[in-house]
Amino acid sequence: MMSVKPENFSPTRRQLLTVGGGAILISTVPLKAFAEEADLLRARTDIFGDRAIQEGRVTVKLPPIAENGHSVPITVTVDSPMSADDYVKRVAILSPRNPLPLIAEHHFTPLSGKAEVSSRIRMSGTQAIQAVAEMSDGSLWSGSMETVVTLAACVVL
Amino acid sequence: MSGIRLAVPETATKGEIVEIKALIRHPMESGFRRGSRGEVIPRDIITRFECDLNGQRVFASDFHPAVAANPLITFHMRASESGDLTFRWIDQNGQVWSEIASILVS
Amino acid sequence: MMRTSAIACSMVLASCGDASDAPEPTEIAPSDIQSGYTFLTAQTQTLQDDPFENPGYLWVDRGEQLFNMIAGPAVPSCASCHSDGLIGVAARYPSVDGQTGALLNLEGRINQCRTEHQELAVLPYESDALLSLTAYVAKQSQGAPLSVSIDHTNRQFYETGRDYFLTRRGQFNLSCQQCHTENWGKQLRGDTISQGHGNGFPTYRLEWQSLGSLHRRLRDCDTGVRAEPLPYGDPTYVAVELYLATRADGLEVESPAVRR
Repeated sequence: MMSVKPENFSPTRRQLLTVGGGAILISTVPLKAFAEEADLLRARTDIFGDRAIQEGRVTVKLPPIAENGHSVPITVTVDSPMSADDYVKRVAILSPRNPLPLIAEHHFTPLSGKAEVSSRIRMSGTQAIQAVAEMSDGSLWSGSMETVVTLAACVVL
Repeated sequence: MSGIRLAVPETATKGEIVEIKALIRHPMESGFRRGSRGEVIPRDIITRFECDLNGQRVFASDFHPAVAANPLITFHMRASESGDLTFRWIDQNGQVWSEIASILVS
Repeated sequence: MMRTSAIACSMVLASCGDASDAPEPTEIAPSDIQSGYTFLTAQTQTLQDDPFENPGYLWVDRGEQLFNMIAGPAVPSCASCHSDGLIGVAARYPSVDGQTGALLNLEGRINQCRTEHQELAVLPYESDALLSLTAYVAKQSQGAPLSVSIDHTNRQFYETGRDYFLTRRGQFNLSCQQCHTENWGKQLRGDTISQGHGNGFPTYRLEWQSLGSLHRRLRDCDTGVRAEPLPYGDPTYVAVELYLATRADGLEVESPAVRR
């Protein structure tokens, strides 16, 4: 019986293609892109469960072009009276393209007065950043905005 | 004391919504960067930010590696009473940095 | 017909390689001189202008502490001699040390003061303490126009710096001149090429996620064209700083600036 030592085994493309017709699809479809979208959806479910998310009431503001992906200014605003019985509980900021989908989670209270938060985030490439807000009544709302992120011209590394 | 900057209004009228900014010096090492020899630089980030007024929570954030270095956070507070605003940053190892600013509400 | 001969002529000139036949290197017209600030997006300009949000001020804050700090029982603080706060000083740097004749940038002068007047150890280049002190001192000249003049005391340093700027180097075989004087304003991939001035240093560079010195930037430039960078503090880099200061004559000191 032929034994295959893990350290010597490196399947050639031909070997992979002959394994099955499905392998042909794998080599042409950019799996990475889909995996990252799936990561964002999974993170959303982890945080908020399976509840429906409606688009609206949440505004994400990003510059149209990011100066540098290391630090991109972002402002998220949620339309809410922020009263004792009607306020935003938390907002999750999500990325479909970063190595980790969850960027930050902001927790508001009625004492916040206004459901708006600004910070600076890292973005690994052009993408639409999504913000999902959970209200005190349990409803979920979302908004997103895309920004262009390019590499520095003179890449040092 | 050094490495933290706060922008808090000294005074406010009751019910007024004021803007608060908090900045802390921290590399927020993501854990995804590599050094000159190709080695992974270990993650070292602040994971939590909290702001309380007289012990009552105003606002808090959970930070993950995609929060930029030297994190700045701008949020708001409905001025309700005078007192001390406590700002707290906690990193992944439990180390805490804190700072206090007073506000006079009339 | 005329067009073909013009192209042929320029091709012959280019292939000659003889420096004495080459035209005098161009300079940016004084009316065209622009700070790196003008090449930033509106958001980054706002960030630089905001003294609270500009991360460079985190180093200025620490620099102010170090400037006022009494390091030991018989050690004068920087502030005790420089009670005027060194306003406007950075705009005249790099400058020649009257006693030794050496060209010193701000970092070099700070270290010389430490050893000569405070009997303290030299701060390593690009260390947090030296960056902080340099940022604080440079900030005291914020808004002042750069004014470095060349005379017999510093002419040889100027020539060394200018020579470095004009020389092709690295695997890409590019000189600073080619990008920053001859092709500024044009696109290099996603970036618009700036004029390569140093009036904002030490600067908070978003790429570094930290404040850094002009030598760090020059090392990045050299690495960018795949040339061997010089060590931090190298006299040739200080000479380049002098040339850059004259080349940016009239631009305001913006330290601590924000750059991409």
